[in-house]
Amino acid sequence: MATGTEEHGGEAGGLAIHPMDQFIVKPLFRDIEPGTCVPADGITEGCVKWYEVTNVTLWMGIAVLVLIGLFVLSTRHRGIVPSRLQSVAELFYGFIHNMVEEVTGHEGAKFFPYVMTLFMFIFLANILGLIPMSFTTTSHIAVTAVLAMMVFLTVTLVGFWRKGIGFLSMFWVSSAPLILRPVLAVIEVISYFVRPLSHSIRLGGNLMAGHAVIKVFAGFAGVMGVASIVPIAGIAAVYGLEVLVAAVQAYVFTILTCVYLRDAVGDAHH
Amino acid sequence: MATDATAEAGKSAGLPQLDFTTWPNQIFWLLVTLVVIYLVLSKVALPRIGAVLAERKGTITNDLAAAEELRQKAVEAERAFNEALATARAEAAKIVAAAKADIQKDLDAATAKADAEIAAKAADSEGKIAEIRAGALEAVEAVAKDTARELVTALGGSADARAVTAAVSARLKG
Repeated sequence: MATGTEEHGGEAGGLAIHPMDQFIVKPLFRDIEPGTCVPADGITEGCVKWYEVTNVTLWMGIAVLVLIGLFVLSTRHRGIVPSRLQSVAELFYGFIHNMVEEVTGHEGAKFFPYVMTLFMFIFLANILGLIPMSFTTTSHIAVTAVLAMMVFLTVTLVGFWRKGIGFLSMFWVSSAPLILRPVLAVIEVISYFVRPLSHSIRLGGNLMAGHAVIKVFAGFAGVMGVASIVPIAGIAAVYGLEVLVAAVQAYVFTILTCVYLRDAVGDAHH
Repeated sequence: MATDATAEAGKSAGLPQLDFTTWPNQIFWLLVTLVVIYLVLSKVALPRIGAVLAERKGTITNDLAAAEELRQKAVEAERAFNEALATARAEAAKIVAAAKADIQKDLDAATAKADAEIAAKAADSEGKIAEIRAGALEAVEAVAKDTARELVTALGGSADARAVTAAVSARLKG
């Protein structure tokens, strides 16, 4: 959510708002010359290498450090009476633990570390992304798509491993009239495969949109003089909303993961 | 420069999210991050927090049990105290009754002894009084005889001692 203007001196003047520039993946230790990454033309020396240290690395690393501070350093005394940070860590623990137990049932309890990993990563990335000038890793479809595909593959593999071919019975709606069941099965199969798409775009889209809106307001604030109090008030309002969105989207992603996991480990509810 | 411009234009116009040349980098670092987070959480943080929560629950349960035990003990102690108090009261009442009985016995004995002494003294005194009375009657008789003789003499008669005495005795008996 960068509020400063970035290096776009070469472009035409006027109201230069680049709300999407905050999402550009950049290497930390080198500048990329414009136009040096056109794979279609065979020009790749300017492309970001897969192993390169980028702003993605930086902000994911910060998320890991915050996580270690919150969950490891704060709990090192193992206090029966918790310190402030330890009680926050316990709050997250209890929140996700209850969610996993209630939604996926007792069988799903062994997925608790997995679900906790997803929730804490998304939550911390969302919240850290609200720091001005920071980079929001979860606003990228690449990231959310991998997260969603991990959930999809986990649910599918665990489902077949635990229930065998019986896992397919979740597509066969036994409570519906027989004649409707093939139709419903087609719909169920489609909805099953659409899950990772909606799962990932819901998260990435929400964050990208909110951050872009803030950046647009910030661009207006830069050129409106005294009247920029209006876009600044708008930024404050949207920022408040974004804090809510950051937490709610992490929650939504996680509870949907639990709901999908229930299909794999629990009794079918169709 | 033409390619530069188009690339720049394309980069500015297109979403950075859809710049697939950055995907391998993001996916690589995402997987590294998730593995690190998973290891930190599953190996260190979650077992530790789970243990702390279990320990806290255990401590609270133990404390409540200990409190309940102490309460039971307090109730027991109160009961024992009340029992001891009641026993002591009964014992005291018994001792008081025994003392009272003892005192009563002594008192009765002393009273009886005193009564007997009083009766003896009364009898003794009565004897003495009777004696004194008898003595007095004799004296009255003697005085009467003497007086009669003196009177007879004073009146000029010759007093026959025997006759006077007989006369006085007859009168006194009369």
